[in-house]
Amino acid sequence: MSTKTPSTLEKVLNAGHLAVTSECGPPRGSDPEVIKKKAEMIRDHVDAINITDNQTSVTRMCSLAACIQLKLMGVEPVLQMVTRDRNRIALQSDILGAASFDIHNILCLSGDHQSFGDCSQGQNVHDLDSMQLIQTVRHMRDEGKFLGGDELKRPPQMFVGAAANPFADPFEIRVPRLAKKVAAGVEFIQTQCIFNLEKFEEWMKGVRDRGLDEKVHILAGITPFKSAGMARFMQKRVPGMDIPDHVVKRMSDTPKDKQAAEGITIAVESIQQLKECKGVHGFHVMAIEWEEKVPEIVERSGLHPRPAV
Amino acid sequence: MIVADRKPVEEIMDMVKDASSVLILGCNECVTVCEAGGKKEVAVLASTLRMSFLNQGKEVRVDERTLERQCDREYLEEVRDVADRYDAVVSLACGVGVQFMAETYPRLPVYPGVNTCFLGVTEERGLWTERCQACGQCILGQTAGICPISRCAKRLLNGPCGGSTKGKCEINPELPCAWQLIIDRLNALDRMEDYEKLMPVKDWTTDRAGGPRKVVREDVQS
Ligand code: SF4
Ligand code: SF4
Repeated sequence: MSTKTPSTLEKVLNAGHLAVTSECGPPRGSDPEVIKKKAEMIRDHVDAINITDNQTSVTRMCSLAACIQLKLMGVEPVLQMVTRDRNRIALQSDILGAASFDIHNILCLSGDHQSFGDCSQGQNVHDLDSMQLIQTVRHMRDEGKFLGGDELKRPPQMFVGAAANPFADPFEIRVPRLAKKVAAGVEFIQTQCIFNLEKFEEWMKGVRDRGLDEKVHILAGITPFKSAGMARFMQKRVPGMDIPDHVVKRMSDTPKDKQAAEGITIAVESIQQLKECKGVHGFHVMAIEWEEKVPEIVERSGLHPRPAV
Repeated sequence: MIVADRKPVEEIMDMVKDASSVLILGCNECVTVCEAGGKKEVAVLASTLRMSFLNQGKEVRVDERTLERQCDREYLEEVRDVADRYDAVVSLACGVGVQFMAETYPRLPVYPGVNTCFLGVTEERGLWTERCQACGQCILGQTAGICPISRCAKRLLNGPCGGSTKGKCEINPELPCAWQLIIDRLNALDRMEDYEKLMPVKDWTTDRAGGPRKVVREDVQS
């Protein structure tokens, strides 16, 4: 895969290193220090930091502004963009705004349904879907054109990513769905948190059988449990999440004061196992409001120091 | 058909509280099928209103009529001779009927008696579900006859989101995931390869985004 943008993440991946990304949720307020503090904790342990876009449909500081804060700190952002809240005019306009600050990575998502958030009575937009957003960014970057066909000046130089959930249903569509995203032009994938390693490996086998791992960089999603309660909650309540009983049991069999450490150990073990999985080109550590633990996970997994590219 | 649901009586009472004569006007089409605004519902609402007015010590005439359709001018003409006798009409037709009634009788206050919900089907008695959002450019040919615009909570055109679980939608474990239905049917039709065709960015100008729509058929306009 040849490097097409100034993105550090793209360079790391194309140089054949295992990439490490993480993510930070912006605050429910306007204090820029919140995002800066989180980024400061992890900047030396990751290649790029995703800023979530009103995750779980809860209104927060906008992803674009938080990405600019990272950029001003000299940290590489990944702009997450959901199609839930903006039509094609707003999406393209935000892409250009981000490009004006030389934000070089974008993650195209449809977004959680608004019924989960603080504005459950609101409209959703979904003028485009995530595949069409991928196509839109590629079109703007590679053709230098707007969706409407007009020429745009100084096209965005963005490395284009998307999410994949190997555990959502129907399972049989999960590999074809990735193939579809690849056909739409996606260049890297961050997966849903992986707890069911067997099922993930089965999906990766399907991915390899179709040669998709040669066409897209796959970053395996890793989330450490803070407690047995969190594991149970995620198993029962979060749609599209696959957490085997034995993992939940391992957490609940651990004494309360040691559960956090056990959660981290599980994450580290998962990374170690997945490093051996052909086609996995890196890791996306989602430490949901537990950013201070990312350095430990990355170090114990042997992914530190990060390569200079 | 157009599916509607009954409005709470209190809401209707509040709309007509100052009238001294009210006509409850039903419709014999869709709202009859979905048991929200046919002859039977007209009678029930009329007697409930009569009782409520009586309890408040008010003398109000409440009459009942049910037209063949309220979305056709010729049927609306059937009440022309009596229309000016009322202070208010509560139309139990869908929003289309309510508006056409109001347009036909500009000086008559016309109030909606039902909540118009969607274009749907009767799954079983007492259960109606949405099937179409009248987008004006039907894609059912590419989606195995199941509409993701009306049946997927995010109207995704290229496949299921990451929240699809055990065939159900992320927003509600009772709701079938539209994309699970599409995949199952593509499978049954042995057309799975169709799934991988990218559905292009949709032209929504034929949807409500393009403003109020019209269909012109010169061939039948004579
Ligand atoms: S594609 Fe459009 S016209 Fe066809 S069923 Fe769906 S909403 Fe209705
Ligand atoms: S679960 Fe299925 S129906 Fe629900 S939003 Fe996702 S794709 Fe649409």
